[in-house]
Amino acid sequence: MKRKTLLRILRFARPHMPYIALSLVMAVASVSMTLYAPVLIGDAVDQIIGPGNVDFAGVLAILVRLIWVVAAGAVATWLMGLCTNRAAYSTAREIRKSAFETLENVPLSYIDGRRHGDVISRVVTDVDQISDGLLIGFTQLFSGVVTIVGTLIFMFGLNVRITLIVILVTPISLLVANFVARRTFSMFKAQSETRGEMTSLVEETVGGQNVVKVFSREESCEARFDEINERLRVCGIRALFFSSITNPCTRFVNSIVYACVGVFGAIAAISGSLSVGMLTCFLTYANQYTKPFNEIAGVAAELQSAIASAARVFELIDAPWQEPDAPDAQPLARADGSVEIRDVAFSYRQDVPLIENLNLAAQPGQRIAIVGPTGCGKTTIINLLMRFYDVNRGEIRVSGRDARSLPRDNLRAQFGMVLQDTWLKTGTIRENIAYGRPDATEEEIIFAARAAHADGFIRRLPQGYDTMVSDEEGGLSQGQRQLLCIARVMLTLPPMLILDEATSSIDTRTESLIQRAFDRMMQGRTSFIVAHRLSTIRGADCILVMRDGHIVEQGRHEELLEKGGFYAELYNSQFAP
Amino acid sequence: MIKLMRYLRGYKLESVVGPLFKFFEACLELLVPIVMARVIDVGVKNGDSGYILRMGAVLAAFALSGVVCALTAQYFAAKASMGFGTKLRADLYRHVNRLSFAELDTAGAPTLITRLTSDANQAQASINLTLRLLLRSPFIVLGAIAMAFTIDARLTLIFIGATALLGLCVFFVMRATIPLYRRIQSRLDRVSRLTRESLSGARVIRAFSRQASEKADYEAETGELLRAQVRAGRLSALLNPATSAIVNAAIALLVWQGGYRVFAGGITQGEVVALVNYMTQILVALLALSNLIVQMARGSASAARLNELFALRPSIVDGPGAQTVESANAVEFQHVSFRYPGAGAPSLADVSFAAPRGSTIGVIGGTGSGKSTLVNLIPRLYDATEGSVKVFGADVKQYRLRELRGRIGVAPQRAALFRGTIRENLQWGKPGATDEEITRALAVAQAADFVFASPEGLDRHIEQGGRNLSGGQRQRLTIARALVGEPDILILDDSASALDYATDARLRRAIRENTRDMTVFIVSQRVSSIRQADAILVLDDAHLAGVGTHEALMRDCAVYREIALSQEKEAKA
Repeated sequence: MKRKTLLRILRFARPHMPYIALSLVMAVASVSMTLYAPVLIGDAVDQIIGPGNVDFAGVLAILVRLIWVVAAGAVATWLMGLCTNRAAYSTAREIRKSAFETLENVPLSYIDGRRHGDVISRVVTDVDQISDGLLIGFTQLFSGVVTIVGTLIFMFGLNVRITLIVILVTPISLLVANFVARRTFSMFKAQSETRGEMTSLVEETVGGQNVVKVFSREESCEARFDEINERLRVCGIRALFFSSITNPCTRFVNSIVYACVGVFGAIAAISGSLSVGMLTCFLTYANQYTKPFNEIAGVAAELQSAIASAARVFELIDAPWQEPDAPDAQPLARADGSVEIRDVAFSYRQDVPLIENLNLAAQPGQRIAIVGPTGCGKTTIINLLMRFYDVNRGEIRVSGRDARSLPRDNLRAQFGMVLQDTWLKTGTIRENIAYGRPDATEEEIIFAARAAHADGFIRRLPQGYDTMVSDEEGGLSQGQRQLLCIARVMLTLPPMLILDEATSSIDTRTESLIQRAFDRMMQGRTSFIVAHRLSTIRGADCILVMRDGHIVEQGRHEELLEKGGFYAELYNSQFAP
Repeated sequence: MIKLMRYLRGYKLESVVGPLFKFFEACLELLVPIVMARVIDVGVKNGDSGYILRMGAVLAAFALSGVVCALTAQYFAAKASMGFGTKLRADLYRHVNRLSFAELDTAGAPTLITRLTSDANQAQASINLTLRLLLRSPFIVLGAIAMAFTIDARLTLIFIGATALLGLCVFFVMRATIPLYRRIQSRLDRVSRLTRESLSGARVIRAFSRQASEKADYEAETGELLRAQVRAGRLSALLNPATSAIVNAAIALLVWQGGYRVFAGGITQGEVVALVNYMTQILVALLALSNLIVQMARGSASAARLNELFALRPSIVDGPGAQTVESANAVEFQHVSFRYPGAGAPSLADVSFAAPRGSTIGVIGGTGSGKSTLVNLIPRLYDATEGSVKVFGADVKQYRLRELRGRIGVAPQRAALFRGTIRENLQWGKPGATDEEITRALAVAQAADFVFASPEGLDRHIEQGGRNLSGGQRQRLTIARALVGEPDILILDDSASALDYATDARLRRAIRENTRDMTVFIVSQRVSSIRQADAILVLDDAHLAGVGTHEALMRDCAVYREIALSQEKEAKA
């Protein structure tokens, strides 16, 4: 499982193989230079035997060579750093892109059913963790392995017996590293989950500060926060401690190796089979030889945490995409406006049926008003028309074609939609109005804003059409945001319209102007309106009266009133005091 | 970073013990070259293998004590730094909770969220590394210099020169990289924002088929992030080879000069080896340090952002406590004006009115005319720029916030619910409210039928933001939440806009019948929602255009007449 995750990370790294390869080459170069330096230093020390017995010319020649070796090593190390940086961060970018691609292609039910803070923390924090892991992995794992191999080769060249002793002690290092790494993984996972929980809470309560404040709930939110925070502290200490004990443990093994080399090397020096200079060199190697084990252990901890994060990111990336458009999907040039809903059944949760046996035939240019008590499933119809959700049974036909046989983009382009939730993208007002048609000219944008009666307030803003807006920041009132959403649709003018309680928080004076604009826009366009406004309902060619997911009545205003059923009750109740 | 150190206060022992044990470990490590020098100068010279073995045992003992010290140090460092992080986060969260809207508006929620999560983590990681490793390096460096001094004072000059050079090198690289890391963080914020938008705007993005361009934006933004990261990496990758080159050059110089000293009989060959070993130890210590500097740079960038947040002071704070007069008007505005920070025009201009106890006040007016602003001043979400707002005879600034807000129930325009059960959400209005009280509030808010239609009833789970409910359901639950606490003043800020006429009418009737002493503010776009009110405030472009009953306003107030007629016409159309 872990190996699979790791391999998958590496697959994302594949496009950056040249950098990784170059980094490897540089690692070899850098390590060989680093390993050669102690040999030169040992040689130089051997020229310094005692008082009156020093070969100065020999020392100088060796030292000059040492300087060159060190310089070459430094350049190689720097280049290695550059390459690994690029490779690690580029890989992180690939992973982010892939995660984003998933978010753009998952069915809406996935987005609706997820904590957004959790998704964001996967895409941002967890991917960061992966790139950190890769960075350290590339830099230290490569050079670590190369150092170990290189040291062994050099040491064998110097003295076989002492080298064998060093090799004997090695497995202890590996065992320790492995033991710790295994334990660390689960702890990092727990920590990362608790962090996700905290992000969600913070997002919720910071985003909903107005409610927190008016109900003076600061303290109870803080209590909840403290509870998660405390859990994070406990599992954090464990994760931190365990990940940090590898270093001392391997350093311990390191010191033992050093002592062994010192003792056996010194005894060998007595017998004359090793010079003092070579002993120095050996001791330096003994240090350098176990240091990479140390680092590899550190890398293991970092990689554990990276893999735990990667598992979370891949889970997101692996979210099933929405069913792709049919391969033979033929786009409609322009819908004629007829919509037919046939025997449609739909529910969000399998165990709670919502819409059953829904039937409706809308002729081109008709206005369909959807009315009913709140929560009766009116907005669900929008979800189905736009194919945000697919029907469970039955079909929806647009221009005589099953909606599922059309490319989704093509289907959605036939509808202009204004939702109750006035989402704006971070950007200028101009960009937001042109969201549906980025190539619109300035004149067209202003024309659309005028048609939506947004031009006036936009011009009064200090930066006019260049004013920055976003979904979170509260510079604009709800009504102004809605006007922008309307302007956005005004610019595209598709053959069919979907309006979801869109005018509910716009004042009546503006609303009546918008209504006129809408009326003009609705000429010849089939419109579905989740409506509260009487004029909309009365002017509708067909009123769908919904109750508990069913269409209980259907017809024109007068017919329905005469019938004296549920609609009549609804209608009359509005005049109740 | 230093400013944040106060969060270590409760962990004084740990933050002293951790580095102290690190210090012990470093001392042991520093003794190793001396022992080795003895092995060469005494053991090898005299051919005394017994001496060599004894010294070997000493080295093994050093190793064992070293690992014990190190483990102790790591444990205390982990404990202290997690403690630091926990306290820091708790304090940050409390700080954000105390900020007033004026500050929250400026900072923006997403920024606050990243600061609370990833910035706090970065600061915590830096503290951990500081306690664990950062102090170790200077110990070793200074210790190695001291040991070198005991061997040969003149050759120590090379150590001092090399260390100074290394220090400068580290300093300059660090100074250059810190701003680069700050840039990376702000790029990361933008990536995070785009991700958030792809979730919150999923419907609109898909409706306009803009997935491809969103992806392109995202690619461009991550490309910028990559560029920033590579730029910062280019500099920090310089540190490692530079330090290594300096140290090796110093070793060359050391051997060269050491040769003269040995020639003159000042030191032994073994001592030259020991000096070289100390230089190597300095190198190893500094390499570890340079790897840490990256983390430290990030940490200090995060710390700066956290301090920036801590520097924000809440503009609205508790008053001393108010003397209320129960006979007075529930709410009274006296020449109140309000201007949002940085806004050109005022959102409320010279508004005066009085709402008697138990009355129902309607507030109507165009978009942006100041309706929400007006009601936001009552629970003191903002402070009036001029004039005074009085609740039960006392200026709102006199009240303690909890006391003031405890008397007011608000159902805001954007219906926000929280993850948890319906019961938990309603208990926001009154901690510990019984099921009976909750059911009563739900009934008044016309929410009882849909809540109890589901088998889970009050235990039904609500997703973050109430996503698993329709707009109308959310609104009715927020109204119920405001009602549960039976507040003296109830504010419905256009909170029934998603309700159909019938439900809206039933809701208003229920509120009227069930809330005899409650003073109710209804903000609405619809005349039908407020025409029964005891008094209606008509707002027009921040000014109060009229106050009175529906009939009086129809007679005297042109703005109101226009609104009412346009809606009536529509009703008759």
